Amino acid sequence: MPRIEESALPGVGVRYEFKTDDGRRIGVVHHRTGRRELFVCEPDDTDAAVVNMSLSDEESHALSEALGGSTVVANLANLQQQVEGLAIDWLSIAPGSPYAGKTIADARIRTRSGVSVVAVLRSGETFPSPDPGFAIEPGDTLVVVGTPDGIKQTQEILRTG
Amino acid sequence: MDESALFLIELGAVILALGVMARLAGRLGISPIPLYLLAGLALGEGGVFPVITSEGFIEFGAELGVIFLLLMLGLEYSARELVQGVRSVASVGLADFLLNFTPGFVAGIVLDLGLVPAVFFGGVTYVSSTGIVAKLLEDLGWSGNRETPVVLSILVFEDLAMAVLLPILGVLALGSSVSSAVLTVGLAVVVIVGFIGLVSRGGDRLGRLVFHHSDEVSLLSLFGLTLVVAGLAEGVNISAAVGAFLVGIGVSGDSVDRARSLLTPMRDLFAAVFFVFFGLQTDPGDIPEVAVAAITLAIVTGLTKVLVGWWAASRAGVGRQGRLRAGILLVARGEFSIVIAGLAVSVAGGSQLKPLAATYVLIMAIAGPIAAKVADARRKHVILV
Repeated sequence: MPRIEESALPGVGVRYEFKTDDGRRIGVVHHRTGRRELFVCEPDDTDAAVVNMSLSDEESHALSEALGGSTVVANLANLQQQVEGLAIDWLSIAPGSPYAGKTIADARIRTRSGVSVVAVLRSGETFPSPDPGFAIEPGDTLVVVGTPDGIKQTQEILRTG
Repeated sequence: MDESALFLIELGAVILALGVMARLAGRLGISPIPLYLLAGLALGEGGVFPVITSEGFIEFGAELGVIFLLLMLGLEYSARELVQGVRSVASVGLADFLLNFTPGFVAGIVLDLGLVPAVFFGGVTYVSSTGIVAKLLEDLGWSGNRETPVVLSILVFEDLAMAVLLPILGVLALGSSVSSAVLTVGLAVVVIVGFIGLVSRGGDRLGRLVFHHSDEVSLLSLFGLTLVVAGLAEGVNISAAVGAFLVGIGVSGDSVDRARSLLTPMRDLFAAVFFVFFGLQTDPGDIPEVAVAAITLAIVTGLTKVLVGWWAASRAGVGRQGRLRAGILLVARGEFSIVIAGLAVSVAGGSQLKPLAATYVLIMAIAGPIAAKVADARRKHVILV
């Protein structure tokens, strides 16, 4: 994950920014009024923002929702509290797992245990709602939702096949 | 017509005129400050429509205007931001002071304003306009630019320097002896530093004390407290403005948003009255003879600000374009230059200080934003929702 730099803007608010792989600066200014300002810089002049966009509280949430990532997981944690009998767990893939290098479909997790894989966490990155063709790698963490028994079963499947 | 009817009509007409000016400023996309000054010039002594009966009230309103301006300035910053801001730009801030105070001071001496008014005028050319810069950042979408934190830190430094400068100027204005002057300034520094130190540790005690779920209670408590502290500060010659500034610093955390929304309408009204009052006191007939000096000074102190911004931004590793933007942002002078010039009224007497300061601020408050907009005229998409 890129390192997010934080800088104080006295009298204005706080700014969070990072550099993308193609060398552009992108970030958000949190105004003290609660308004967020999204800005994007161009690769040839990273000092100046070329796109500025103001977002309200709700719009910021909508955008982060659309971008996916950790909010999906956070929402699931909420969901778990609301629905009785539903469990959520984080299962890591050991190097010796028979499904390391195979796809989610290969493991037939849903068919065998009724559990859904809702996200895959890989070296700090989140892949929300992975396709059945998503290849699992050793070291990945699967975020799964299902019954507590189903999750135990899934753990077994991932370990021994 | 009896006096009170005339008073109401006259005061109403003045405030209506200010409303027209504010609308015009919005239409032109400039700061309303120069337009308020122009309105004052037109309505004052030697103007086209001199205001007589309501001048006493306007003078009182102007005093409140300074208090509100400084109170709101204090609200902009928390004590921690002040300490961090000043630490991070100490050397730049000092260079800023030397480069921008000196031209005003020298001009004051050359124009034979007298030593004390010359010091005041140094203050006028020193402080950039926090209000105009904040508006420019917003309008041009420069908040995300890399040089912006540096520029804002310089403004923090200036504002704090002003809190130290105002008591010094106040003592100079009184013409008191050197020993009592040193005493007052020492007291001021102890009070300011001690207060900021206390507040940065103590959390939002003041906010909890003053604020209540009713807006009415909060407004009356905060306003009353501010006036009392301002009065006490004035009583020991630290200047009412500094007292109000300290109250603003003291309110922090969640209370700040409440305070800001309660006070902004009052600030807008009384600050406008303050600017018009400064214009009222200035005879437009005096302006032609100071025009050349004001323009020369505008060019010199415009360049010195660009230099300061350039240097500060280059220290932060910003490229050439960004350095230029940082410098240009700092060019605008506005509300606090007028606050300082307004304090000088008692020492300046009939000298050229007022017309010079009014003309200078008129130029800088208009030229600063225009320069920034020219620098911004490049390929850019601004989407403001």
